[in-house]
Amino acid sequence: MIKKIIAILITTFTLIVNVHAGSDGDLVLKKNEPSEIKDCSETFNKASFALNQGLDKVIFKPVSSVYRVLPAPIKTGVSNSLNNLSNVVTIPNNILQGEFALAGVNTGRFLINTTIGVLGLIDVATYLGFDEYVKEDYGQSLASHGIGPGCYLVLPVLGPTTARDTMASLTNFIGGDAWYNVTVKNDTHYFRDIDYYTSRVTAGVDFRAKNFDSIENLEKNSLDFYASVKSLYLQDRQQRILNSKKIIETQDDSDWEEIETQ
Amino acid sequence: MIRKLLVLLVIFFSISSVSFSIEPDIFVQSTVNRASKLLGEDISKEEKIKKLKLIARETVDIKGIGFYTLGAKRKSLNDKEKKKYSKLFEEYFLKSFSSRLAEYTNPEIDVINKEKLNDNYTIVNSILKATNERPEINIDWRIYTKNPENPLIRDLIIEGLSLARTQKEEFSSVLSSNNDNIEELFKVLEKFSNN
Repeated sequence: MIKKIIAILITTFTLIVNVHAGSDGDLVLKKNEPSEIKDCSETFNKASFALNQGLDKVIFKPVSSVYRVLPAPIKTGVSNSLNNLSNVVTIPNNILQGEFALAGVNTGRFLINTTIGVLGLIDVATYLGFDEYVKEDYGQSLASHGIGPGCYLVLPVLGPTTARDTMASLTNFIGGDAWYNVTVKNDTHYFRDIDYYTSRVTAGVDFRAKNFDSIENLEKNSLDFYASVKSLYLQDRQQRILNSKKIIETQDDSDWEEIETQ
Repeated sequence: MIRKLLVLLVIFFSISSVSFSIEPDIFVQSTVNRASKLLGEDISKEEKIKKLKLIARETVDIKGIGFYTLGAKRKSLNDKEKKKYSKLFEEYFLKSFSSRLAEYTNPEIDVINKEKLNDNYTIVNSILKATNERPEINIDWRIYTKNPENPLIRDLIIEGLSLARTQKEEFSSVLSSNNDNIEELFKVLEKFSNN
């Protein structure tokens, strides 16, 4: 299985190494347009998708159905804490994307929330008027420098991604994620491997619980659930890369203009 | 007498020819208020679905969404196929739309802003208020305003994710896995509506 994933990654990576020195918003938008991203390994992806659906039914759905009925302050605390932890990946990526002021703001946010906010459980920085926190990762940084997404992929357990984002996420394991470094990579006296894996699984449960009804609804009302998830994932990814939730900035309107009914 | 009658007729026609355009944000707020009131009523789920379908028929451009969803394929259909597709799409859309909404009880949606894109489209921004089980959700509405007296909903954009676009890619996947055969899409739509 791992050999197959590596083979797919190498094949698809050749499709994405078309770096342009200068990239503007239009180019990034075009390269990350969901309908343009090829599903090169559809058979493999659909098998992974089926496996993940099975895992969801047996593990994530039951656990998140319990998690979602916990008192709101507990869920908010967990969510805040996970967001705070993700700053250790967001801050280096702010720098890689040339957003130095934002890197400073997020560093301040991280320091305040980790200390006064009791290990991130309370989002004190937001109370103090800091801008809304937006996560960044190494895939977004590559995209912002003009690297295309390559093929769409569905990885076992980890779910939907693209070739570029999978390659970029390896950076987390070679020193790019301070949380991984102090838990798994280096033998510190303060943290253990289990702390890292617990945080990853909790983030998965938190996401599943927050989107519990939407996912159920989507599955029930889809003609093709695999295609729906692919479209939603790639749309979400595109707006994260462009740092915009405005549909007019992330969608080409020409197709709508052709539809005349009045 | 005849002069008086003529004056009255002129006044009548001038009044009746005055058109009243409806602002897209007011249209969205009144539509969500209607739906929200209905969802909060103490009636069966089937009854709610029936009434939601009526609201959708009045306020959503189902035919327009149907052709958008079909993408480039719509250009290759003949009139008979277009007619059949529109009928099947409407049944599919109403079932899918109403059963999605019927799951919510008394959702609170506040319209907060609007942005006119051009004479044909305005995006209305709203917020679905948080509950204990889910966070606050941003919902944008693409309103078709070519006829300002009768604005219609063409898309719902939830947290930046377009439902029409998702549906379009879903239909495209059904077509591409069936050699681009429209009859196969018809079968899938029929099966969904009859289940």
